[in-house]
Amino acid sequence: MADFFLPKNSKVVEGHHHPALSGAKRVKTFRIYRWDPEAGGNPRMDSYDIDLDQTAPMVLDALIKIKNEIDTTVTFRRSCREGVCGSCAMNIDGTNTLACLKYIADVKGDVEIYPLPHLPVIKDLVPDISAMFEQYKSIQPWLKNDTPPPADSERLQSIEERAKLDGLWECILCFCCTTACPSHWWNPDKYLGPAVLLQAERWLADSRDTKTDERLDQFEDPFKLYRCHTIMNCTRTCPKSLNPAQAIGEIKKRMVERL
Amino acid sequence: MTPAERPLSPHLQIYKPQLTSVLSIAHRGTGLALGVGAIFFVWWLSGAAWSDACFRAAQAFWGSWLGKLFLLGWTFSLFYHLLNGVRHLLWDIGFGFDLPTTYRTGWTVVAVSVLLTLFAFGGGLYAWGSP
Repeated sequence: MADFFLPKNSKVVEGHHHPALSGAKRVKTFRIYRWDPEAGGNPRMDSYDIDLDQTAPMVLDALIKIKNEIDTTVTFRRSCREGVCGSCAMNIDGTNTLACLKYIADVKGDVEIYPLPHLPVIKDLVPDISAMFEQYKSIQPWLKNDTPPPADSERLQSIEERAKLDGLWECILCFCCTTACPSHWWNPDKYLGPAVLLQAERWLADSRDTKTDERLDQFEDPFKLYRCHTIMNCTRTCPKSLNPAQAIGEIKKRMVERL
Repeated sequence: MTPAERPLSPHLQIYKPQLTSVLSIAHRGTGLALGVGAIFFVWWLSGAAWSDACFRAAQAFWGSWLGKLFLLGWTFSLFYHLLNGVRHLLWDIGFGFDLPTTYRTGWTVVAVSVLLTLFAFGGGLYAWGSP
């Protein structure tokens, strides 16, 4: 059931302010969501003033600078810093994106940073995304084909068959889209969400996979697929410029066409 | 540390309103308004069937500034819900999913709804005023 308000323990309060070092000329304030499981209590917004002349251009660069130089307790996930691992997905300036692909200069005013929306918070900007990986597991994201592969080669595809996977295989499972989707906020346990459905379409569209009908059977359910109301927040927010809404539309079409 | 003690990260409170989500919730809102409007419509019709006094009371309500505001809202709801419904049908047959098209069709629906509302409401007021 939809609950539009935050539980009492999740309300965000104002936190500490860390001023910039004297001599800083181009100062930008980063407001960061903080919650420490060992301290407990309510989450708070700490603010950090940063000298942009001493900072590289991306939001992730600023976060790393804050952690290195101002407050080592700030906790966030990051790895590749070039938009291929999906670790630094978070809510920056009101929309979900990857901190490593977001220019500080694109944010007007203070940079507000929250963890991905509507998830249990483990610490600071690190949310628990395991439930979404369970949903990913449920669509059986692997090639299913009962016939043995050719003895002397792999299962080959034509150029056209392979092209059908473009726009689907590039997903890095950062879950920016799923956590931008109000439908998934209100039914996170029943609706699969855009990221997982895009992957479902990736296997439906694969010419080497022969279990299309079986895969579609699982969507005969009021929630798993059909809770998508084409809000399009997913496509709007995808940092890889993919189109989960279109992939879901393709699955809905497949459901009709097989009748 | 059990997950139950973990706070829920902010969602509606912090997510930036954008054309995609605003038009979606507006579709819901106008659909709801149409349902409520239909009840008023039935009240007006049954008033006409019931008695002169009943009909006069209903007419008086529609003639008041609040009644006119209702009619204006209902007219806009009708056009918006209709046009955005067509947009949904186009999505259902697989057209218009890319972001530039989504924005173009979205703004078009808003603009045409406003124009049709002004046209219909203005025409209605004119017809009402003239003998």
